Amino acid sequence: MNQAYDISHFLAGMMLVASFALIYQERLLAVLRTFALQAVVLALAVAWQAWVQDRPHLFVTAVLALGLKGVVIPIALHRMIFRLGIHRDVEQVVGAGLTMLIGLGLTALSLLLILKATAAAPSLAREGLAIALAIVLLGLLMMITRRNAVTQIIGFMSMENGLILGSTGARGMPFVVEISVAFSVLIALFVFAVFVFRIRERFDSVDVSELDRVRGDRQ
Amino acid sequence: MRDLLIALGGQAAQMLLVLAIAPAIAVLTKIVKARLMRRRGPPLLQGYRDFLKLVRKDAFLAENASWLFRAAPYLIFALTWVAAALIPTFASGLMFNWAADVIALVAIFGAARALLALAAMDVGTSFGGIGSSREMMIATLAEPAMMLVVLTMALAAGTTRLPEIADFLIGQPLTVRVSLALALIALVIVALAENARIPVDNPATHLELTMVHEAMVLEYSGRHLAMIEAASQLKLVAYLSLIACLFLPFGMAPVEAGLAAWLIGAVAYLGKVAFGAVLLGVWEVSIAKMRVFRINEFLGIAFIFAFLAILLSFLTQEVFG
Amino acid sequence: MSFWVYAVIVLPFASAAILVVLPGYRLGALFNVAASFATLLAGLNLLRLEHAVGDYLIVDDVNIVFIVLNTLVGFTAAWFSASYIGHEIETGRITPLSVRFYHAMYQAMMGAMHLALLADNIGLLWVGLELATLITVVMVGLYRTPEAIEAAWKYFILGSVGISLAFFGTILAYLAGQAALGEGLPAMSWHLLHANADRLDVALLNLAFVFLLIGYGTKVGLAPLHAWLPDAHSEGPTPISAVLSGLLLNVALYALLRFKMLIAANPLAMRPGPILIVMGLVSLIFAALMLYQRRDIKRLFAYSSIEHMGLITFAFGMGGPLANFAGLLHMTMHSLTKSGIFFAVGHVAQAKGTQRIADIRGLSVTHPGLAIGLGLGVLAIAGLPPFGVFMSEFLILTTTFARAPWLALLPALGLLLAFGALLLRLQGMLFGAPNMPAHPVKASSFPLIAHLALVLIAGLYLPDALIAWFQRAAELLG
Repeated sequence: MNQAYDISHFLAGMMLVASFALIYQERLLAVLRTFALQAVVLALAVAWQAWVQDRPHLFVTAVLALGLKGVVIPIALHRMIFRLGIHRDVEQVVGAGLTMLIGLGLTALSLLLILKATAAAPSLAREGLAIALAIVLLGLLMMITRRNAVTQIIGFMSMENGLILGSTGARGMPFVVEISVAFSVLIALFVFAVFVFRIRERFDSVDVSELDRVRGDRQ
Repeated sequence: MRDLLIALGGQAAQMLLVLAIAPAIAVLTKIVKARLMRRRGPPLLQGYRDFLKLVRKDAFLAENASWLFRAAPYLIFALTWVAAALIPTFASGLMFNWAADVIALVAIFGAARALLALAAMDVGTSFGGIGSSREMMIATLAEPAMMLVVLTMALAAGTTRLPEIADFLIGQPLTVRVSLALALIALVIVALAENARIPVDNPATHLELTMVHEAMVLEYSGRHLAMIEAASQLKLVAYLSLIACLFLPFGMAPVEAGLAAWLIGAVAYLGKVAFGAVLLGVWEVSIAKMRVFRINEFLGIAFIFAFLAILLSFLTQEVFG
Repeated sequence: MSFWVYAVIVLPFASAAILVVLPGYRLGALFNVAASFATLLAGLNLLRLEHAVGDYLIVDDVNIVFIVLNTLVGFTAAWFSASYIGHEIETGRITPLSVRFYHAMYQAMMGAMHLALLADNIGLLWVGLELATLITVVMVGLYRTPEAIEAAWKYFILGSVGISLAFFGTILAYLAGQAALGEGLPAMSWHLLHANADRLDVALLNLAFVFLLIGYGTKVGLAPLHAWLPDAHSEGPTPISAVLSGLLLNVALYALLRFKMLIAANPLAMRPGPILIVMGLVSLIFAALMLYQRRDIKRLFAYSSIEHMGLITFAFGMGGPLANFAGLLHMTMHSLTKSGIFFAVGHVAQAKGTQRIADIRGLSVTHPGLAIGLGLGVLAIAGLPPFGVFMSEFLILTTTFARAPWLALLPALGLLLAFGALLLRLQGMLFGAPNMPAHPVKASSFPLIAHLALVLIAGLYLPDALIAWFQRAAELLG
């Protein structure tokens, strides 16, 4: 039992580190690689949960996460980045230090929140859920602080990684895990493919601060 | 009486051991770097020869050098030697056990660094000023990270005394502990920063753009320089022993052990430190030095990792009651 | 589970698959209407069946009205869309190829909403809502103008964040249910969770509700999470605005209501009343104030949607049988009225070629029928009798006055403000000297008339069955 906890804790911790790494990376390709790494670690974590909880169908989820989020999406995004011609862009991450500190604060907050609320749950679930919430909030932070459409999407997908981690930690959540994985992947691909090209087509850049011209309150 | 003599002997042996191997370890790193760059590198005993050479030379002082400038090298050497001598190397039950508190160690290193920075500014050259300011900037970031690493270990072991932490860790089964892994990475980064190694500082450069530690000791010569060099070599050994003690404590003789255990511990310790020196050499060859203002980010990573290590170990503790 | 229940969900998805390959926009539009009509029939069939609970689906007093409403508005919106799209293609705002996807996505979105409404499994509910959200994101960006893309992007970002937080809340709710029902499917089933509500883990349930409130609340458009709503509702094609305002907001609120029922059934859980009241009032008054500054007609009514959702949330926050009943009734009435208004707005936009309010004048002279329709619609949504919206607003205000007189001043103020703004704009649009252009209205007026008629009838007479269902649901809401 302790070994099960140790390994899942290690993998979840690595995912958390990857989330932090995503926040301060400036180069698009580095962000992409870090996201792929996070997806791979997620696959390992889910596979370990499948082993520990003795639920074979989670192995399917692990393979899906690895294949789709670890391989297919990074490759697709890689191609898209080169096609858009933005692979040399260095995005200025304003206030990386402050953002990291806020990220630390959010992590501490989510740990405290989940630990307080789940006093009765099994230890593996509590730990998985706490770190999952931290990853979700860090993904949110990344989406807020980024100016580039592609990195915002990657932030969203890292949020999804956190959600998948949380849902595998919650023992026995049925088929929803598979559906959510397949879903999020399919729709994310669909939507961002549609959008990133339309944004590029209309605005000649993928900088989302360009999108601010039409503010709902001013019309 | 016999026990007292044995205890005293053990402690003295540790003090002398670290002093004796310091030059060799520093040179070992240089040899590894040279060999990896297809050069031959200096012979292993070169460090001792350099020390003797420097001691025999005249020490030149600037006209406006104060007493601080002249006294600092000895003080720095003494402080560093004390720190290096306190860190458990081959045994964890030595006589001055009670003084080997990690926070005290951080304070000792801090004091040595402050003296060096002050002495560098003493003579009024611009290089000294550059070196001191950069050193202090690095220290501002490295020390908190170090304290957080210390805190992680202390949270795990329940104490800040190094020997007791080492004993606690020896007693743990061999598992994967992510908070320890993160703390290790953070400590390694801090060690690189404190010892003026690539990617923070290049120990072999004298370019104004890049030097930090070398800038501070630029004015020193003769026996003063010998003391400073010895101090920096001791500092390297101290940090290597710290990492070995905290994260690779196997082989260390426990509190109540005999001579045989001490010998095994000594061999293990030498192996670990030598291995660390070799790894350092490989690392320095593989990585480029960072721009000075990117050092903040590098040390920031150490800080974040250390903080995460604490959060995760806190989580583990809470979850298991 | 009856065949009709599955039909309501499967029909739209099957139609979507067919619509992808169907060539020609006229054929596609016709098929769209037919498929929606078939779904409507299936939905109506549910009315006469016994309420049932299956493995994953449920039909009970709470969702029966909403599912029928959904199929109805889906049908009328499809009818409107069929006649509306022709003009859009002519003016070049959409290409014929996109129309195929438009129709397919329309059906898929309806299917997703039906799935969410009929789901007994909280995970399935989330899946339906996420699917519907993401489809509407693409639809909002259909016109490919810079504004549309911006609106769709904003909607995507905020909607995804909301959905993710709601998923986390769903996980927590499952864990709360696990305490009482063990692992696996039972802990995710509404009726089982509700039956065992007093045994659920309270701390987890509270935390889950907070996440769900933020997550699904974003989709309802509660301030301060509403930022995506005005843009999304105004930049997409008008039939989609109608469906968004009329249906999707309702489905998201319905999801929240289900969880509120769980909380209400557990005596130790938090009382969500105060939070809902505050969020509702803030939305209501904020939106009412914003109505005065709007220069785009669709944005005007989008803020009106925020205002009404705020009022409904306020009503559910007040709690008690009368306020809950009023809230549920208002959800239905608002859905019909707002979608009707958007149909009228679609006519107006096509007749005038613009969405700017300042450029729309003299409708009573150039398009008298449309003017009557729009006028009645606005009067209805502003809360005038004898329309149904008046009934629900009246109930909300009276019950609030009875229980907390000083508090009732705030929603009353909000409603009055909104009333003023809407009439001000309406007057500008209907009266005065007409200006060019003034194209004839080609789209069918049947949907608009049908909705207005329904709202009018509902204001005068509500079927007993409907009242009974709403009362039962109001009871469960606590």
